[in-house]
Amino acid sequence: MNTRLVEVRQKVLKQNDLLARALREQFQDAGVYVTSLVSSPGSGKTTFLEKLLGRLAVENRVAALVGDLATDNDAARLARATSQVRQITTGTICHLDAQMVQNALNGWNLNDLDFLFIENVGNLVCPSSYDLGEDMRLVLLSATEGEDKPLKYPTIFNTADIAIITKMDMAEAAEFNLEEARRSIQSVRPGMQVFEVSAKTGRGMDEVVDFLTSKRSSARPVSIR
Amino acid sequence: MHELSIALSMIEGVLEESEKRGGMKVEAVHLRLGVFSGVDQQALDFSYGLACEGTQLEGSQLVIEKVPLLIYCPFCATERAAQSEQQLCCSICSTPAASIVQGQELEITALEIAA
Repeated sequence: MNTRLVEVRQKVLKQNDLLARALREQFQDAGVYVTSLVSSPGSGKTTFLEKLLGRLAVENRVAALVGDLATDNDAARLARATSQVRQITTGTICHLDAQMVQNALNGWNLNDLDFLFIENVGNLVCPSSYDLGEDMRLVLLSATEGEDKPLKYPTIFNTADIAIITKMDMAEAAEFNLEEARRSIQSVRPGMQVFEVSAKTGRGMDEVVDFLTSKRSSARPVSIR
Repeated sequence: MHELSIALSMIEGVLEESEKRGGMKVEAVHLRLGVFSGVDQQALDFSYGLACEGTQLEGSQLVIEKVPLLIYCPFCATERAAQSEQQLCCSICSTPAASIVQGQELEITALEIAA
């Protein structure tokens, strides 16, 4: 059979990208600074976020969306730090997309928020393809994981803006080689800024709070209360 | 494994394009797939076949063009191949390079339509 070749140029994730762009504009207009978190399961996203929300909530209005395949346990944990929490249960889907974020925001007045956090499903592969309209993406790596995780999952480290090394209180017990971990990060994402934290002891948490606060004031300079 | 979601988005996009052209039968779909797109070629191939079942695209071919990783080397002041996905530095002078110019593509470039 004869066929003819028709040129088209279409990004496969065009729909998601368009929606993410609309969300980003909406966040900008409302003056809310949006940060997403990605990591493998069990690297301490929820504990880190719970402590971070607690610190930020002292002077800011904060909210969080949290994605999981099943259960609303994480939302219940985060609710200890802020009343504005919603669980996104994805069922069998291994990542969040812009549509899920938009649906979850239904009914919230974004103008009433300074910071919104989006905790992605624990997965170092799939979330890398989906723009959620966030201002900043944090990738977490815990001291109890391998130092070479960034080399094994270079794409997600590359789509993230900042790396956070969590569970630093466990580093010694886990014989975690910090220098090697930092080298791995710089190898896949030259120049990437790295924070070392322990949500448990509080180490490094103030630095993250200060960092996000200053990022918000430069990204949302004319927010009117 | 999010390749099934990707395949479903692809099919949606292809059907939209083919409808614009009078709904002709699509025999093959050409895709540019960057090595740094976060999508696995084999899993996508498999998912595409599965996702096409029961749609107008059933039996169509997926033709994948792999796109290598290129970075902008600040030292050479030009585009270069990256050393590897694990080492984002210039393959010639080894200078670390943060800016990716190619390799993240995930786009449909052409359709083969029954003439």
